[in-house]
Amino acid sequence: MKHTIAVLVENKPGVLARVASLFRRRGFNIDSLSVGTTEREDLSRMTIVVEGDDKVVEQVIKQLNKLIETIKVSEISESSVERELCLIRVHAPPEKRGEIVELTNIFRARIVDVSRDSFIIEVTGDEDKVSAFIDLMRQYGIKELARTGKVAMVRGSKK
Amino acid sequence: MRAADAIVKALEMEGIEVVFGIPGGAIIEVYDALYDSGIQHITTRHEQGATHAADGYARASGKVGVAFTTSGPGATNTVTGIATAYMDSSPIVVFTGQVPTSMIGNDAFQEADITGITMPVTKHNYLVTDAKDVLSIIKEAFHIASTGRPGPVLVDLPKDITTADIDFNYPKKINLPGYKPKLEGHPKQIARAAELIMKAERPVILAGGGVIISNASKELVELAETIPAFVVTTLMGKGSIPETHPLSLGFAGMHGTKYANYALSESDLIIAVGCRFSDRTTGNVAMFAPNAKIIHIDIDPAEIGKNVNVDVPIVGDAKKVLAKLKKVVEYKQRKEWEDKVNEWKRKYPLKYKKDGFKPQYVIERAYEIMPDAIVTTEVGQNQMWAAQFFKVKYPRQFITSGGLGTMGFGFPAAMGAQVAFPEKTVIDIAGDGSFFMNIQELATCVKYEIPVKVLVLNNGYLGMVRQWQELFYRERYSATCIGCEKTGFEAIARGFGAIGMTVEKPSEVDDALKEAKEIDAPVVIDFRIDYQANVFPMVPPGASLKEIIDDE
Repeated sequence: MKHTIAVLVENKPGVLARVASLFRRRGFNIDSLSVGTTEREDLSRMTIVVEGDDKVVEQVIKQLNKLIETIKVSEISESSVERELCLIRVHAPPEKRGEIVELTNIFRARIVDVSRDSFIIEVTGDEDKVSAFIDLMRQYGIKELARTGKVAMVRGSKK
Repeated sequence: MRAADAIVKALEMEGIEVVFGIPGGAIIEVYDALYDSGIQHITTRHEQGATHAADGYARASGKVGVAFTTSGPGATNTVTGIATAYMDSSPIVVFTGQVPTSMIGNDAFQEADITGITMPVTKHNYLVTDAKDVLSIIKEAFHIASTGRPGPVLVDLPKDITTADIDFNYPKKINLPGYKPKLEGHPKQIARAAELIMKAERPVILAGGGVIISNASKELVELAETIPAFVVTTLMGKGSIPETHPLSLGFAGMHGTKYANYALSESDLIIAVGCRFSDRTTGNVAMFAPNAKIIHIDIDPAEIGKNVNVDVPIVGDAKKVLAKLKKVVEYKQRKEWEDKVNEWKRKYPLKYKKDGFKPQYVIERAYEIMPDAIVTTEVGQNQMWAAQFFKVKYPRQFITSGGLGTMGFGFPAAMGAQVAFPEKTVIDIAGDGSFFMNIQELATCVKYEIPVKVLVLNNGYLGMVRQWQELFYRERYSATCIGCEKTGFEAIARGFGAIGMTVEKPSEVDDALKEAKEIDAPVVIDFRIDYQANVFPMVPPGASLKEIIDDE
């Protein structure tokens, strides 16, 4: 089972290496990981999707908490906003362009670059939506694809 | 002030009295500063020896041990020592030299990424990249190493950092927003634990190394006597209760006492304190203490529920939690259980065949002749015989590499312990295989007049592996015969300038030990023991604690 964990860490060199080293050493599987800045410049936020049962996730959280530079670890449950971003360079010959534009609109994605025979499309959404869009684009021929890890936030007012 | 001088001054302010290490190019500035300092420096002959010595010093004294090494190979040689300290939660701070910041990443001469290398085996580590940070980093390093669940911290010092000019403002406060060990124990959990204890008919306390680290022996014994509950220790917990105490069952696990293993297996409540349920203690974990509820007291939340499922977790410092728990439990007689355990104690004492020259006899005599000595061990059969036959009386008396199982640990650790307690007798119970792994420190002992006594149980084999080959690999003795019966440890000791002795039969043991005890110099005694002696009882790999077997 997949679990999403948000980790607030001090924004210092080597923190990502510590987290990655911990996952490797303890044999935890990272499904995806994204790191970025937060509302405070001295803190970074990592969103880690980890594969494992409840016992594994409990250990992941406890071990992450042990890192000196970790400020807070929280598991993000169902009531959350989760987003991924994906850039897809898709083969787009003139006769297919209409279809692709239509699908792009349905998914509220955006065409961000147009060339003679291809588009770059930007799609954001939760994992299922992004995956579904990628599947639809396959029929036209995906030339290149870059997908971020997930970022997530619990709904409602901040505790 | 030159940063190197500031670093040494910071160590003085931390109360550091002794440093173990080896100088080199990248750390030469710090050594230059040390020249004017009151801190004693002991130059070891290998950086591994320096880290083990710092570790032994820390374990014996409860203070932080410090090691200095240079960059590159000096730093990488500390890795085993750091990992050993990490596994047994020992507070040491290791300062390594590093190439100048401008050269980091260029594969400069004697450059090694020691912070990268030691990341998984340190509690925390630092690469100092700005001289202005060095003092706050040192402050943090000592704080992190010695508080919470202690552990090793490494500080990597690029050469240009040590030559920089800085103001000496040693910080009083520490700013570590992500580091706040929980010490007190949750009152609700303590109340729940007390409830379980009062209901239990067959309670057993399992005391680990955390009891010793937390200086909680007094509280542990008081709780045990109040309930009353028998106390089983782990290997690392030896000394948390005097092993001569009527409630002590010795240590449990693969080579523990039968009665300790039986008591754990049959108990209905285990009160585990400062232990991590390692595989060597639990045997087959699926069959561990099948009828017992478990209360687990530990300062490290990650240890709770890691290896066994726990009914009442209590995160906190052993000393504080045990004291609180004692106040809320009452005496209750459990005669049936008491009789049963005492019967096991009578029926299944530790024993060995007394024909020939047995290593167990050497340990028994060492215990009789030097009962108050600080005992370090190497790893393997020597370690288990020492654990079985040396009755440990007080905390920090028994020092061993329990977690990492580092051969070569005992001797330099003994050196560190002796430096912490110059007046005490310190013995290293060694095997011939282990002793060779850091034998070079004999030169250090001679140079600094550190009168450690090394009892080499010389069987000419890597004995514990030989034992497994005998029992589980159809006597195919692959690569374990190291032929040390041909090595004259007596002459080797003399070559180093130490005292050497050879003991070939049991009747000579007492005289040699008594003589060694009186000599104020390092002594190596080569005990030519029966090479076929094995460690029993034994829980075979994969078996449960109940299935512990004897020699026959």
